[in-house]
Formats: sequence, structure tokens, C-alpha cells
Amino acid sequence: MTHSANPLSSNGKYAIEARDLSVYYSDFRAVKGVNLQIERQKISAIIGPSGCGKSTMLRAFNRMNELVPTAWAEGEVLFHGHNVYDPEVDPVQVRRLIGMVFQKPNPFPKSIYENVAWGARINGYKGSMDELVERSLRQAALWEEVKDKLDQSGYSLSGGQQQRLCIARTIAVRPEIILMDEPASALDPIATLKIEDLMRQLAEDYTIIVVTHNMQQAARVSDYTAFFNMDEDRAGYLVEHGPTNELFTKPKDPRTEDYITGRFG
Amino acid sequence: MQNEATMATSKAALRADAGADVRADVRLALRKRRRPHETVIHGLLFLCGAVSILTTLGIAFGLVQESLSFFTRELWEDANKRLVVEVDAHAGTLQLSSGGLDLEPGAVIRIDDEKMRIVQMESEVLTVERGFQGTEAATHQAGTGLFVSDRVSLIEFFTGTKWNPQIGQFGIWPLVVSTLRTSTIAVLVAMPLGLSVAIYLSEYASSRARSILKPVLEVLSGIPTVVYGYFALMFMTQLLRSLLGADTVQIYNTASAGIVIGILILPLVSSMSEDALSAVPRSLREGAYAMGATKWETAVKVVVPAALSGIAAAFIVSISRAIGETMIVAIAAGAGPNFTLNPFNAAETMTGHIVRISGGDLSYDSIDYNSIFAIGLVLFLMTLGLNVVSQRIVRRFREVYE
Amino acid sequence: MAGRNSAHGLLVTSPDEDFADNLPGRHRTAKAWQIVLQASTVIGIVVLMALLLNIMDGAFGYAAVQNKVAPETLAVDGIALEDLPKEQLIEILQANVSAGLFRRFESEKPLAERSREEVYDLVVERVVEPEVVGTWPLFELLLHRADVLAEAAEAFPGAEVRFTSWINPQFAVSPQSANPEQAGVRTAILGSLWTIAITIGFAFPLGVGAAIYLEEYATDNRLNRIIQTNINNLAGVPSIIYGMLGLAVFVRLLGSLTSGQVFGLVDPTTANGRTILSAGLTLGLLILPLLIINAQEAIKAVPGSLRQASFGLGATRWQTIWHHVLPNAMPGILTGTILAMSRAIGETAPLVVVGASTFITVDPSGPFSKFTTLPIQIYQWTARPQDEFRNIAAAAILVLLALLLTLNATAVLLRNRYSRRRYS
Repeated sequence: MTHSANPLSSNGKYAIEARDLSVYYSDFRAVKGVNLQIERQKISAIIGPSGCGKSTMLRAFNRMNELVPTAWAEGEVLFHGHNVYDPEVDPVQVRRLIGMVFQKPNPFPKSIYENVAWGARINGYKGSMDELVERSLRQAALWEEVKDKLDQSGYSLSGGQQQRLCIARTIAVRPEIILMDEPASALDPIATLKIEDLMRQLAEDYTIIVVTHNMQQAARVSDYTAFFNMDEDRAGYLVEHGPTNELFTKPKDPRTEDYITGRFG
Repeated sequence: MQNEATMATSKAALRADAGADVRADVRLALRKRRRPHETVIHGLLFLCGAVSILTTLGIAFGLVQESLSFFTRELWEDANKRLVVEVDAHAGTLQLSSGGLDLEPGAVIRIDDEKMRIVQMESEVLTVERGFQGTEAATHQAGTGLFVSDRVSLIEFFTGTKWNPQIGQFGIWPLVVSTLRTSTIAVLVAMPLGLSVAIYLSEYASSRARSILKPVLEVLSGIPTVVYGYFALMFMTQLLRSLLGADTVQIYNTASAGIVIGILILPLVSSMSEDALSAVPRSLREGAYAMGATKWETAVKVVVPAALSGIAAAFIVSISRAIGETMIVAIAAGAGPNFTLNPFNAAETMTGHIVRISGGDLSYDSIDYNSIFAIGLVLFLMTLGLNVVSQRIVRRFREVYE
Repeated sequence: MAGRNSAHGLLVTSPDEDFADNLPGRHRTAKAWQIVLQASTVIGIVVLMALLLNIMDGAFGYAAVQNKVAPETLAVDGIALEDLPKEQLIEILQANVSAGLFRRFESEKPLAERSREEVYDLVVERVVEPEVVGTWPLFELLLHRADVLAEAAEAFPGAEVRFTSWINPQFAVSPQSANPEQAGVRTAILGSLWTIAITIGFAFPLGVGAAIYLEEYATDNRLNRIIQTNINNLAGVPSIIYGMLGLAVFVRLLGSLTSGQVFGLVDPTTANGRTILSAGLTLGLLILPLLIINAQEAIKAVPGSLRQASFGLGATRWQTIWHHVLPNAMPGILTGTILAMSRAIGETAPLVVVGASTFITVDPSGPFSKFTTLPIQIYQWTARPQDEFRNIAAAAILVLLALLLTLNATAVLLRNRYSRRRYS
């Protein structure tokens, strides 16, 4: 039983779009002039060598960068036709609609049930919480493994299970977009595969943007890929963006080809 | 050929010898050498560390020994009875005047220097065992007074509600109740305020706000308690009196002492809580924000519960500190034990009592001298118990995150 | 950012009936609680200010002073009392005090040998006899000056009303006195200084030694863990218990040692163990756990690479500690020591239990003297019923706070210099 994410109002062709976006930490420009369009309900991967601003770029979508006091942004991120960085926009609401899964699983020190229910509860969920928890855990492919121990601590699960728990709690608040920052890099290969399968299932209902340093993973999983690189000032910029199989077989930019064939990075 | 072989063998032999020499040299050079002064220093430093054990033993020894004296000391209470008829050293019965204290078989009594034990009683005629506890049986004149043994029993100590040394009443409850009352008021003031300050400092404050607040808290924690005592008497009491009326609030009362103790322990609560809150990993906060939670919701519903054991430890340590506080109550809470539940009355606490008694003329081995050690022992056990509990909690807390 | 309806309206999501529209409410709650938090922090600042103002209130104000004998009547040949030469002052003194009292002054120190100021002080104290008959605290004065003056004129007609700062240079150098106007804190300050000297002399080597042992030498066996737990527990024992320990052990058990009997240096006015030595040792035991824990932190902060470099050159453990670890950790240890000192200076309860003297006017002359300290003086003055004693208590508090401020400022300066040096 799949349940759609928020039925999208059809303003905007893309799920989310960055227009001439630059992100700074005080004077240091971490990300430079990015123009990137993300297709709805597809998996888009962001790849590139380390330090080229992939995570910063990802966090720019849901204003998570702002948790660092010195961070600020220039340019626009358009979501439903509005600039997410508009001073009149509430970042709390932005983050509810654009969820995030982190590199290292970070469940709350609460029970498994509470982990999933908490976000929905504070956002005023009116329906049956039990049903929501079960639904979210099923969608995260975790239900069978935890259905008998819902009141045990979230920490009692393995790394891969914890990550799926984090995914479950993210989808419990019904976002439109799920950002994933190297979600499998802290996991063993078997758990990684499970996460990748999960991503493909989730893409039926949500738009997924995933940052990964693992090119093969990007090739396996994503529909679109964006390649970022770093210039001499350590600022990240978008080199090329397109459907995954095109980018990997017939890259348009020589730098992309160099990276893919392993000449650097 | 033979020469060559011999040469080879001798060369080998030579080489072996040379090798042995070198090895012996090396071995000599690397051999462990004895460094007596290192051992001496090690020993001296160990003794330095052991001094702390001596201190604890000293505290335990001093408190326990004097408390034992307190409980085993002989107190004699005038029974308000007199011998009606003279008795000689052999008489087995006594005839007493009527009235006075009630006596029971088994009780120990004293007439002059002789102790006796009551075997049987029939109205005013006592059958006694003479020369009890090694005292000498002697003749006693008619009209001599009788004294009853009135040792301070543990039961009386722990359940009595009056402390009146002159008439032999040694119930510790007035002091304990007063101590608990001031400490409760102190914690009621310090915990909410301290926790709020800690949450503010760790989740909200800009570095400028922090640079003002932290020094203020440090100054507050460095002010000597006697200065707080002055403040309690000269300001807090006046404030309470003007707010609630001079009839409700006595000049010496436990409420103003309690509030000021709360101010004293506020920095302690706030710094321990802040440490606990800061120890919560940032990733937890990020997880909450990413789900569309506000800063307040994250702080209160995710961070504080995660730091709960550290905050609980802060709570317990602050109680312990409040219980042991002396000067503020000595100055502002009143002199004289008073079993009351009204915080606006004067009531001496355990610590205040100890200070008052030892500040006066105190002869060693008097009952007053012993009594302060008994109270001190109770105090010590209370604070020690609380501190041990809080350390256990902190240790368990650390396990969760490491 | 927060709570504006337009913000909510801007980011319209398609209707999701399952979720309530609670965002503005949540923002409002968050804001309200944030104000509560900020108010709590402000309270800390407010309390500190109230404390300081309260003390200033006591230490300054108006006093109505009445002279038993008006100084004007003592003028000789038109020369005012304060300008008279010593001989004439002596004459006035002799004429106005009893013969017995005059003889006593002579026997304490012949008047001819005293300085003119000393004789003048005597004349003022014994002949003029100024007496404070009424005091008004500073803020009452500032707010209701006219009322205060009227009240003074009515209640104390013969008195001169003048502004007094109860804290003044005279205050710092006068000895104790039953008379609040004359009383000063000299005895108390000297007592505090002597006591602290013994405290530090005792606790510093022991504490640093124990810290070195625990950090550098101790293996993780049962005994050492007990020692460490023990120290942590001792740090939480109430200070009055240490006083009782001092009473039982230093004053009573080791009385012959601490009273100086063993050395033949007994103070003639008291032949018991309630001496500065006992006080200093008691306080030493009190701050020992703090010192040890502090020094341990400082030693722990020394980078392991430093030790390894030293060992790598073949140094012994003690050589490494003495030449490398200790110098590196010393600023931190000193800062901690200064903080422990300021804690010890402010301690009252343990010293009262050990037996601080209630009234001494003679300066302490050595470790075997009777003693009183500044906080104890404050305690005793605060506990007296007369108002004037509260005033000088407030003045003494200012002296104590000034002393502590200097100490702590030194510690902070040290700490800053130390951290700056680390990064240079």
C-alpha cells in the first residue's frame, strides 16, 4: 500500500531548482553560482571529489546550512515557485517539506515507535499514530524486523537498521523531497544494498537527491547525476548535469570524463 | 685446504668471540640499572595520594568515635524521688517517696555514687540489685535523691522531635526538618533557574551573550557564603517582610535563607546542566531540525531528554551542597532548634546548630561537644550518600554516548 | 523568520488534511518560552547587582555622631584640639581620665614615647568619646535626604550628622574593638593572611604530588581507583565537617603540636590547640581535593607527544615530569591553586568550629597564636544586634571582596597568558 506524498500542486516543472546559488561561510565561498534543476520523483545524484561542496550544496536545499552561524547564501532556491531563502519563508516549514537523512545514522534516544512518531506528533498529525508508524516502517523496509520490539530503544538496532529507522521517521512527516547525504557510507555492503533498493522504492513517491562519493552507487541508483568540481579557490561548482547513463557513457565535459575514468578524485 | 678450513673455523670462532663481546657490551649497556631516587620519589608521591585516604579515615574516625561517646554517655535524670528510710550497704529493698518519674523493672538508677538495677517494683518499694556496674554498695541517708539513667538512645535521637540538652531531650528531627526545608526551597529556586540558564547558554545564546553571562555566573559562585548570609539577613528578609508583611515573616526565617542558598547553588546547577546539554551530539539536533522542528521543540523534546542523567546528577549534587551549607543559615535562619513547618519562622538547621554550639564555650567531653559530632555524622552520611548516587548516575550517562 | 502568517501563506502546500495547521502556534509557544529563558538568565545578573548594592548600602551612609565632650571645650588658648602639641594633649588626657586608666596607658607604653597621633587618638577615644547614635543606609539617604536630616535633628539634637564611609583607610589598619566606630579589620586581615600561608604551604606540595602520582605513576589497580574515588568524594563533603575533623584531630589530638607546646612556643594567653596552625591545616585539608582534581586536569592536558619525546631521548619518568610535564602544566596548576586559595579565604564555618577567637585585639605573631579571620569577623559583626556593627560588617565585606577580586583577576590573567602562549 503506497501512499502518495503530498500531491503536488503543479507550480513549477521541477521539484526544486537552484538558480545562481552561492553558499558562503563568512568570506569563504564554498559553492559557486550553481544552476541545477531536479526532476520530480526521480533520484538525482550529486557526485564529485571530496571537498567540492557536495554536502554544502545538498544542505542548501533545506536551509540546514544556517545551523552554522557563519553560513549565508546568495541566489535562489525555487520550491513551489518561491525562493526558499526569502526572508518571509519559514525555514521550519521548509525542513518539514524537504527532509534529510544523514551520513551517520542519528536516531533519537527514544523507542523505535517514538522515533517515528515524534516528528509527526509535533507537526500536529491528526490521524492514527499507530497506523502512521507501521506505514512508515513498512515503506522503509523495516517493519518486519522491528514490529515486535517497537518500544525498544532506537540504539538497539544495527547500523543499517538505524539508517532505515531514520528514513522511516523522515517519511512519517510526509515531505516532498528527501535529501540523502551519503546515506550508506557508514554501512557495510549488504546494508548498503538494502538502502539502495529502498531508495528506488521511495522514488515512486518522493523526489530523492543523494550525495555520494561512490560513483558506482550513483550509476546503480540514480536517474540523473550532477557532477561537481572544485576550483583553485576551493569553491565548488557544477560542471555537468544530465541523465545518468548519458553522463557516464558520453560525458559532455572533459573534466567529467576525467573524473569518471579515475584520472583524479 | 686444511689451512683454509682451520682458518675458516678460527675466523668463525673469532667472529663468534667478537660477537659475544659485542653482545656482552650491549647487554651491559642496556641492562636495567637501579635508580634508587626514582623509587623514593615514587614512594613519596604515593604518600601524597594516600593523604586523602587518611583524611577520610580521620573524618570517619573522629565522627564515629565522638558519636559513640554521645550515645554511650551516661546521663542521669533526676527522678524526683527520695529515700524515705536510710539504707545500709546490704539492704535489698528501698522505700521511696511517691510522685516523680515512673520507674520500671530493669531500669538503672543511681543514689549518690552507687548504681543499682531495679529487679522488682511494688508501689513505692523497689527490690534492687546493689553495686551495679562495678560501683560500690554503700550506706545512703534518708532523703537522698534518686537519679534515673537517661542515655540517649538511637531511637530517641532519630525519632525525637525536641532538642533540648538541658532537660536531656535529644531528638534530631527539628534540625533535620529545618535542613530539609531550606534545602528544598533552595533547590526549588535553583533548579528551574539554573536549567533555564543552561538551556539558554547551550542552545540559544550568541557568543556575546555568553561572554557576559558566564563571567557573571563565575562571580556569583565565587562569593563567600558569609557574604550571602549578610545578603540574606539584610536584603532578602527585608524584601520578604515588605512583600508578605512583618507579621508573617520573622526576622530570622528559613525562607530567606533557603532562597539565598538557591542563589548560591545556581551557578553549580547551571554549569553541570550545561555540560550535560553540550555533550549531546550535534547530529541529534540536526536530525530533529531536519524534520521541521522548531528550536524550542528540539531543545526541550530531544536535547534535554538526552541529557537527562547529567541534569539529574546536577540536581542531586545541588541538594547535597544545599544541605551542607552553613553560614547562610547560621546568620539568617535563626538560633535554636524549632520543629515547625512554617518556612517563615526561625528554625535552626543541623549545620547552624553545630556552628553555634562550637562557637561558644565548649569543653571537651561535655554532652554538647559529643552531640555536635553525632549531628555531624548524620550530615556526613547524608551528603556522602547523595554524592555517591550522583556519581553513579554520571557514570551511567557516560556509557550511553561512548 | 518565525511566526508570521505570511510565511505560512507563502509556502502553500497542497492540503494535507492529516496534519494540523499548527505552525504559527508552535512558533508562538517557542517565542514565549524563549522569553522565559532569557528572563531567567537576567535574574542572575539582577541578583548580583542587588547583592553589591545591598553591601554598598550598608557600607556608606549618614551617621549621627554625638560627642560626650565637645572638642571645642578642650581647646587651649584658642588653639583647636587637633592642632595642639603632644605635651598639652597629654595634659588634657591626664586631666580628664581616671588615674587608674592613665596609669594603665603609661604601663602599656609611656605616653612620652608615643607619637602625637597616637596620643591624639587616645584623647579622641577617651575624652571626646564620639558615639554613633544613629545610622542611615546609603539608599535611604539618597532617596529621602530631607527626611533623614529631619529625623536626626529630632532624635539626636546634639549630634553632628555627617556622611560616613565605613570603609576607609583607618578601617583597614585598626584592630578589633568593642566600639563599632573604632573597630578595624587589621587583626582579621593578618589572621587570614597567616592562615592562608600555612594552608598553601601545606596543601600545594601535597596536592601537586598526589596529582602527579595519580596521573603519571598510578596503574589502574584497585587501590588507585579507591584513592581517586575517595578524592572525588572528599571534594563534595561539606566544609563544616572539615572543621569538625580539624577540631578533633588538630586541636585536640595533636594539641601539643599545634599549640606549640612541643616547641616551647606557646602563646601565653591560650595554651590550647586553637591556633593559626590548626586553622591553616584544616583549610589545607579542605582545599586539598580541589587542588588535586585541578592539578590532574592540568597534567592531563599536557600533550602525550611531549612525554614521548622526552622518553624517546632516554629520560627517566621523574626527569620527564620535572623538566617537561610540570613546567607545561604549571600555569594551569597555578590558576587552580589561586582559585582554591580564594575559596579558602572565604571559608568561615570550619574555622568557627576549630575555634576562632571571638575577640582578639592583638595581631597574630606566628603560627601558634590565637586567630581570627576576615570572614569570621564579618560573621560576628553581622550577628550583633546593634546597627552600626552591620555597617562595619558591610565595610569588611568590601575589603574581602576586593581581596578576592584581586586574586581571581590574577588567575584569569594567568589563564589568558597561558592560552595565548600555547598558540603562539
